[in-house]
Amino acid sequence: MSTVEERVKKIVCEQLGVKESEVQNTSSFVEDLGADSLDTVELVMALEEEFETEIPDEEAEKLASVQDAIDYIVAHT
Amino acid sequence: MSLEGKVALVTGASRGIGREIAKVLADRGAVVIGTATSEAGAEGITEALSSKGGYGIVMNVSDAESIDAGLKAVTEKSGAPVILVNNAGITRDNLLMRMKEDDWDAVINTNLSSIYRTSKAVLRGMAKARWGRIINISSVVAGMGNPGQVNYCAAKAGVEGMTRSLAKEMANRGITVNSVAPGFIDTDMTKKLDDSQRDAMMSVIPAGRLGEPEEVAAVVAFLASQEAAYVTGETINVNGGMFMG
Repeated sequence: MSTVEERVKKIVCEQLGVKESEVQNTSSFVEDLGADSLDTVELVMALEEEFETEIPDEEAEKLASVQDAIDYIVAHT
Repeated sequence: MSLEGKVALVTGASRGIGREIAKVLADRGAVVIGTATSEAGAEGITEALSSKGGYGIVMNVSDAESIDAGLKAVTEKSGAPVILVNNAGITRDNLLMRMKEDDWDAVINTNLSSIYRTSKAVLRGMAKARWGRIINISSVVAGMGNPGQVNYCAAKAGVEGMTRSLAKEMANRGITVNSVAPGFIDTDMTKKLDDSQRDAMMSVIPAGRLGEPEEVAAVVAFLASQEAAYVTGETINVNGGMFMG
């Protein structure tokens, strides 16, 4: 079984069309990985499905980096 | 222009323009789910569509919970809709000076806010599929204005504005959003008019006749097709030449 970090990074790569080598924990979805606002919405949708959880909109807006997403998933699943 | 296997949701499909739209989409191969506000309406839709794999459901588009429940049932049974036709609508006509706030609210809610709800509910599936068609039924009066219909005209003009914005939001996901604005079509809604109203209407329609529901449905079917992929944010008039704004 992959770790949360590996699974989050895999989804980030798939959703944003970036290479694994480009994705660091500190990477910002928008500034470093080139996501637009709709990409970030879809990324959250994909995370919800992968981890079978619901991320409320007000929490989703705070997820700006890969580490933010990992922390949220670890704390809520 | 085949729609083979695509799941389509048509609101207000028990009669009039909606019924015709459901029929044409089903004829082109889509699995069509039509909504009605009553059990009897939903059963009628099932009767009309069952030979093509479609069916009717009860859904109240003015109620978010009813939409969620309906969408969930449809998705479990048939898969997530990738074609949405927002057709359900009501009128509560009166001069503004006599219009009750309830009549204003009901028309805005059923004709405009409902589209916010249904569109939001289906976009997730469309975004995942990287393909979607949202077609909103507007009206010629959105552009022309019409005395006695400030609520209806406001709602329909709102629909057209929303169409343009949502089209821009979703364009790079393969999802198009368009409106069709019928003029006077031969349905229950126009049968309510008396003879003098009818005569007045004919005098402003260059084609000299009412439109048929089929003539609106054909345009909707085109917008739902793969061939229409580069048309988005548009409102297409289907009105026999009475208004071209």
